[in-house]
Amino acid sequence: MREVERLLRPSRVSAPAVVLLLALAALAAVACDDSGEGGEIDIDGSSTVYPITAAVAEEFDAVAGDVRVNVGFSGTGGGFEAFCAGETQISDASRPIRQDEIDACAQNGIDDILEIEVALDALTVMVHPDNDFVDCLTIEQLHEIFRTDGADNWSEVDANFSDRSIALYFPGTDSGTFDYFVETIIKDVDEAAFHRGDGTASEDDNVLAQGIGGDNDSIGYFGFAYFQDAGQSLKAVSIDAGEGCIAPSFESALDGSYPLSRPLFIYTRELFLAEHPENPVLRFVEFYLDNATVLVAEVGYVSLPADILQAQKDKIAPFLP
Amino acid sequence: MANQSIRLRAGGAVARRQLVSRASRYFFLGATVLGVSILLFLGYETIVTGASRLSLDFLTNYPSRFAEKAGLRPAMFGTFWLMLITIFTSIPIAIGTAIWIEEFAPRNRLMTIVKINLANLAGVPSIIYGILGLTIFVRFAGMDRSLLAGGFTLALMIIPMTVIASQEAIRQVPPSLRDGALALGATRWQAVRYNVLPNAIPGIMTGTILSISRAIGETAALLMIGGFTFIRFDPGPNLVDFADPAAFLAGLNESFTVIPIQIYAWSIDSRREFQANAAAAIIVLMVGVMALNLLAAVIRERFRRN
Repeated sequence: MREVERLLRPSRVSAPAVVLLLALAALAAVACDDSGEGGEIDIDGSSTVYPITAAVAEEFDAVAGDVRVNVGFSGTGGGFEAFCAGETQISDASRPIRQDEIDACAQNGIDDILEIEVALDALTVMVHPDNDFVDCLTIEQLHEIFRTDGADNWSEVDANFSDRSIALYFPGTDSGTFDYFVETIIKDVDEAAFHRGDGTASEDDNVLAQGIGGDNDSIGYFGFAYFQDAGQSLKAVSIDAGEGCIAPSFESALDGSYPLSRPLFIYTRELFLAEHPENPVLRFVEFYLDNATVLVAEVGYVSLPADILQAQKDKIAPFLP
Repeated sequence: MANQSIRLRAGGAVARRQLVSRASRYFFLGATVLGVSILLFLGYETIVTGASRLSLDFLTNYPSRFAEKAGLRPAMFGTFWLMLITIFTSIPIAIGTAIWIEEFAPRNRLMTIVKINLANLAGVPSIIYGILGLTIFVRFAGMDRSLLAGGFTLALMIIPMTVIASQEAIRQVPPSLRDGALALGATRWQAVRYNVLPNAIPGIMTGTILSISRAIGETAALLMIGGFTFIRFDPGPNLVDFADPAAFLAGLNESFTVIPIQIYAWSIDSRREFQANAAAAIIVLMVGVMALNLLAAVIRERFRRN
């Protein structure tokens, strides 16, 4: 009986499904990528730079509709990972590329990375609007607040501050904003120190803005564009890096006096630029720099000073026909 | 005297039981009211915020840095094709697996381990499936950041859930139906095909729809495998591609974005006016999920009647 039953037992229950899946997978690997007539540019990386690149891509689409420009934001670190795996042609970054990332790229034969500055951002430190004792903080005080085992109480930062506990709000660890803060506030003051983890971390700056606004003892930081929009109800803290207290603003970021102003970047490969005109990357980057001044300001960032912008244009000049 | 005290004690026990019964009734009512009112509040908030942005333009425009010009078009195409791929790959495999486990598989220790692991897989966070999809489909199989890679990843994600739900539905079919068919000389497959499956389909459909509803709202796994946010073309095959298999597959190989990614992108935008776009997109997604549920209900009813 058992034998008969086993002989009668159909053995390919999900055979059609398996065949369908295998066929789809096989053909997927064979079929060539159908991009727009003029090619396709995949861009990923920093969510801080994303609004600028998306604005440029939108305008570029109007003048070069045959080129597909796709923009995502998986964070500066995630962007470099995809870039070094050869999945993207341009990577948005809110900090310079790190040595370990350069090494990872080189392992995949990507050793012609070109760094292009596209805008300035002023990292803005904020407290609750009712906080009347913090107007200005030195780099050392910020370090004391945000390093591990740092101050738990405002009065530990400055004897004149109120005797209340500190609540921290900061961007997630995959963001370039976090990396930049770690570099300039934590590591530059004390190489052995770390950014503390006890606080509210979020990749969503709107969440940070809401958190800081809803907590009397809060302090947090994010990019200037968010401060202008979501953070308007918050109180920005001036920063003292030894030359007096400087408030974050377009002007102080542009003239370099604001200590926490930082450049924003896009990265690409010289190979892609040299492949012009088959590869649309050069057209896109040229368009990016030609329109950066207007579009950067439009989405709430600080446009590059003329001389620095010219230096970026000079980087791609050798590839232009 | 003694009599009276006994009666009093009995009365107290009864009263206590009735009190507990009444209290539990209000507790359960409260739990329901709390859940439903939170849902209603969120729905109301979303509709109030998003309704003003809902228009034909919103459905047919591409993303833009101007909130009032930004639309959901590529995301809707992306979600449609991604769901199609997910459904066509996951459901035959999942239901097939469930049938095999319940009807054909030997009952031994290995199968017990497999079953326990299926339940564990169903509880794995979606981001893990994203990492798996990135490694297997995007990088190893060289599919790049395509609709196919995304659809396969989501299929992997929902297969365990669908298998478990289908197993449950198959187990609900009375053994007498199966045994009767076998006793009359039907083969295993005939018994499954004509007696078990028709009775299990309503339950399978319910489980499947729940899985697909999870897939349609998935963001994290798709961001991980490289779903884009800003796309200015329609992902997936065009209408003319249906006649040409090569063009059709090339369409499935295109980059994509989906509605949940678009909602995420708009909701974290620093510019307040994009919150309305996010809410409007949520309404579109909700209507889509409801339409799917309706379709499932219709199919379920048809099988019940037969």
